[in-house]
Amino acid sequence: MDARRESEATPMKNRTTVERKSDRELVVTRTFNGPARLVFEAWSKPELFKRWWVPKSMMGMSLLSCEMDVRAGGKYRLVFGVDGSKVMEVFGRYIEVTPHSRLVWTNEEGDEWGAVTTVTFEEKGGQTLLVKHDLYPSKAALDGELASGAAEGLPEQFEQLDEFLLTLGANLGRS
Amino acid sequence: MVQYKQARLDDSFAALSDATRRGVLEQLGRSDASITDLAEKFHMTLTGMKKHVGVLEEAGLVTTEKVGRVRTCKLGPRRLKEETAWLERYRQLWDSRFDMLDKVVEELKRKEKIDGRKKRE
Repeated sequence: MDARRESEATPMKNRTTVERKSDRELVVTRTFNGPARLVFEAWSKPELFKRWWVPKSMMGMSLLSCEMDVRAGGKYRLVFGVDGSKVMEVFGRYIEVTPHSRLVWTNEEGDEWGAVTTVTFEEKGGQTLLVKHDLYPSKAALDGELASGAAEGLPEQFEQLDEFLLTLGANLGRS
Repeated sequence: MVQYKQARLDDSFAALSDATRRGVLEQLGRSDASITDLAEKFHMTLTGMKKHVGVLEEAGLVTTEKVGRVRTCKLGPRRLKEETAWLERYRQLWDSRFDMLDKVVEELKRKEKIDGRKKRE
């Protein structure tokens, strides 16, 4: 019972930051009010992972299946669906699994666009700083990701336009 | 705002409906160029190229800057704005993911505490 009160007494929400660190790198950070071993557990156990990976804001999508073999060389595959039918899947392979501190995996669904994701968990005073780092194979790949995402929720023509602009290999992604 | 966006979209499509203008954008994607360069590359008169660049500029796809007697063209600011918007949407996605992860971590903490207590008993 007292445990419940305790959770209600921690209303402070930590900030999520996103930064394009370079032409090829995208970094997300957030601090969690808990030890690294628990945050790591939530990333590496499918039954826990499933509960937070697909927020409601994700266009009505849900996880239809979630297979994760969390060890170096192990594969993962997530299948997303809307109303029970499959709309997309993401998959790849874990390159490095260091309990409570580091996860590295590949994203293989997009052919040449595949980024390598490194997540680090750094514990300090009972809190955990999480850094998710995506390294894309090229500037064009990250530009492409940004351009395709930019079209989300916009008319289809916009997407085509973006695709065209993307093929230009524009220099402007650099800020 | 929606109307503005739509007008902008129409402009963009009109601008892209022409093969020369698409070629110009491709060219500028590789490097900035003067109107003279572009006219030469596309075997066109200066006046003709100026017109094309004008249409692209109107659509926000190209910006031009005159230094001395040379007008230099480069790709416009449109992509940059999209990138900023994309990053913010991406941040929001991760923020809501992490809000849910917060809850999972809280629950694990509670469980650990209860389990720890049980062990001690």
